[in-house]
Amino acid sequence: MANWIPLWLHRLSSPPTFYRFAGTLQPWAMTLALLLGAIALYGGLVLAPADYQQGDAYRIIFIHVPSAWMSMFIYAVMGVASFIALVWRIKLAEVVAMESAPIGAAFTFITLVTGSLWGKPMWGTWWTWDARLTSELVLLFLFLGVIGLYRAFEDRRQGARAAAFLAIIGIINVPIVHFSVNWWNTLHQGSTVNVFGQSKMSWDMLWPLLTMTLATKFYYAASLFRRARTDLLALEGGKDWVRQIAQDEDAR
Amino acid sequence: MNAVQSFLAMGGYAAYVWPAYAVFFIVLIADTIAPRLRRQRLLRELRARFARQSARQPRAGNGSSPTPPAAIDGQ
Repeated sequence: MANWIPLWLHRLSSPPTFYRFAGTLQPWAMTLALLLGAIALYGGLVLAPADYQQGDAYRIIFIHVPSAWMSMFIYAVMGVASFIALVWRIKLAEVVAMESAPIGAAFTFITLVTGSLWGKPMWGTWWTWDARLTSELVLLFLFLGVIGLYRAFEDRRQGARAAAFLAIIGIINVPIVHFSVNWWNTLHQGSTVNVFGQSKMSWDMLWPLLTMTLATKFYYAASLFRRARTDLLALEGGKDWVRQIAQDEDAR
Repeated sequence: MNAVQSFLAMGGYAAYVWPAYAVFFIVLIADTIAPRLRRQRLLRELRARFARQSARQPRAGNGSSPTPPAAIDGQ
């Protein structure tokens, strides 16, 4: 492997460098998220035709499915960052893991509520203890557990290590959420979009869905950068670079 | 029924589709605003702390020896 990659990563993981790096990328990520989100909404709500079975109710898919994917994606990121934090004790990895948890909880909450609002007209019930729904609810509890455990400690880095441990144990739930519709034959429908094959969805409906998926990815990046910057300021509160930033922001 | 009305009606599913989109946006807007407020609060606290520290420090430039760097209390 090229030598400069680990060197670059090492530099980037230094808090002042990451603070500047995230500050540069954050507005771009947010702009892309808003732009792609607007295009996806127009495509999904206006251009895409109504479904032959579900009518216009299926349009909830354009936020439900991207949010569900994000809930699993963010959990995976949190799990990997937690592992790095526990093994190499990198402060930035702790920050990424702990600041991912609230964003992941937000997307999991959106998934459950929009799913419920979709389930009522289509299944006739707001909630059922189906494998997919139950495992997604467990995912929400795992996110909330990580947030709660992190905050339960007086020393933040000690809290981060305890919560990182919980996050790693909970990662077992991610494949369960993903494969639940294949393993158990339940009320929730199977996957419509297939990465490695033919998707069971017309292009008119598929492109807004994929565009919204990209938009939520960029949103996550923007939100994570914003949160990580604040967290780094708090963790490094006594250092000179933080003092400089605090004084600069006051002058503005 | 004109185009806007039929769009808002969502084929009779307006009561499910629009609340779903509302939840999506409200939760994400809250997720955007909360860290900003936290950041402003934190910067205020940090400035107050730095101000207290420099108040305790003797002033440089009165002929005495140069001031040593501010003692940092923190983790």
